[in-house]
Amino acid sequence: MCGVCGCGEGETVIEGHKHDHHHPHEHHDHHHGHDHEHDGSRWLSVEQDILSKNNMYAASNRRHFNHNGMLVLNLVSSPGSGKTTLLTRTLNDLQNDFPMAVIEGDQQTVLDADRIRATGTKAVQINTGKGCHLDAHMVGHAVEDLQPEADSVLFIENVGNLVCPAAFDLGEAHKVVVLSVTEGEDKPLKYPDMFHAASLMLLNKCDLLPHLDFDVGACIDNARRVNPAIKVLQLSAKTGDGMAQWYRWLNLMHEATLIDRPAPAATTAETVAGA
Amino acid sequence: MHEISLCEDVVRLIGDQARQHRFTRVRTVRLQIGRLSCVAPEALRFAFDAVAKNTICDGARLEIEEIGGRGWCDVCRRELAVGQRFDACPECGHYPLTITAGEEMRIGELEVE
Repeated sequence: MCGVCGCGEGETVIEGHKHDHHHPHEHHDHHHGHDHEHDGSRWLSVEQDILSKNNMYAASNRRHFNHNGMLVLNLVSSPGSGKTTLLTRTLNDLQNDFPMAVIEGDQQTVLDADRIRATGTKAVQINTGKGCHLDAHMVGHAVEDLQPEADSVLFIENVGNLVCPAAFDLGEAHKVVVLSVTEGEDKPLKYPDMFHAASLMLLNKCDLLPHLDFDVGACIDNARRVNPAIKVLQLSAKTGDGMAQWYRWLNLMHEATLIDRPAPAATTAETVAGA
Repeated sequence: MHEISLCEDVVRLIGDQARQHRFTRVRTVRLQIGRLSCVAPEALRFAFDAVAKNTICDGARLEIEEIGGRGWCDVCRRELAVGQRFDACPECGHYPLTITAGEEMRIGELEVE
């Protein structure tokens, strides 16, 4: 439980996080309902989105990210798609291109954050306990702890799950869905919300294609059926094949973020509170 | 099971409403859940009773109004029923359809005292 904002964080643990920060989030979302008196009880018309709190935190995160010229990507996939391997290779290969930082989401352990930090990149682990996804509030707190540099690329590696993270906006610029060819080509139809929400699909482990019956064309057709605008790259984070295109996409998005930036560069990234 | 965290959000939002509209007990919670949203009403019902324990919503009846999916076909220029997000237009085969209803996840009304 966060002592400052009274936020019930349940079993969520952010590595090293103490609640002595200035709380950044707005807690005033006034909504005016209509009362109807009715024998001891009354009916209130609320008409409020269940995700409105998450969306408010996400909007606050997004303002902070935009203000600091940060490109923020929410990486989503099922468990075992190779997200962390993809990320560690990316961090090693692009360390001279732009500053990077990582928020790792898993139910338990700091193993992935340790793997990321071994590359020399700043990382913080969020353990969601029994929670199946990251939400915008957890990410806001993690960003305060991590203090990513201005003009950096922040990767948020979500909990391995193709269902729940689709609904929770974290304030990212794009969701990137990683699908490995050891899964089925029908995944985009089975989990349409996630592929609908993603801007880019990375088809990983393509080095294994000669050993599998995976139909790449059918998989891409299925993804476009759910989301005609989705971009698809085929790669292998293990061998490095196809990674150049992913880096090109990252560079283009990073450039676009800087073009879109409303204010000139700050010397240090402001806290979310200042956004 | 994101239904648990959605229920926690519902209880939190109702807590805000209670402070604002000065009520101390909730008898009924009416939710509107679209059939194209990623929420299973049964899981929501199951989670709600557990999450509501020892809160202002303890013992409240949960009513879920399910809202069917609707989509707009740009070719036929009409709205039609949609069962899945990736359904094609049954008349002309065009897809994607622009979803016009069925993605709702809302608190509609509360019966309070």
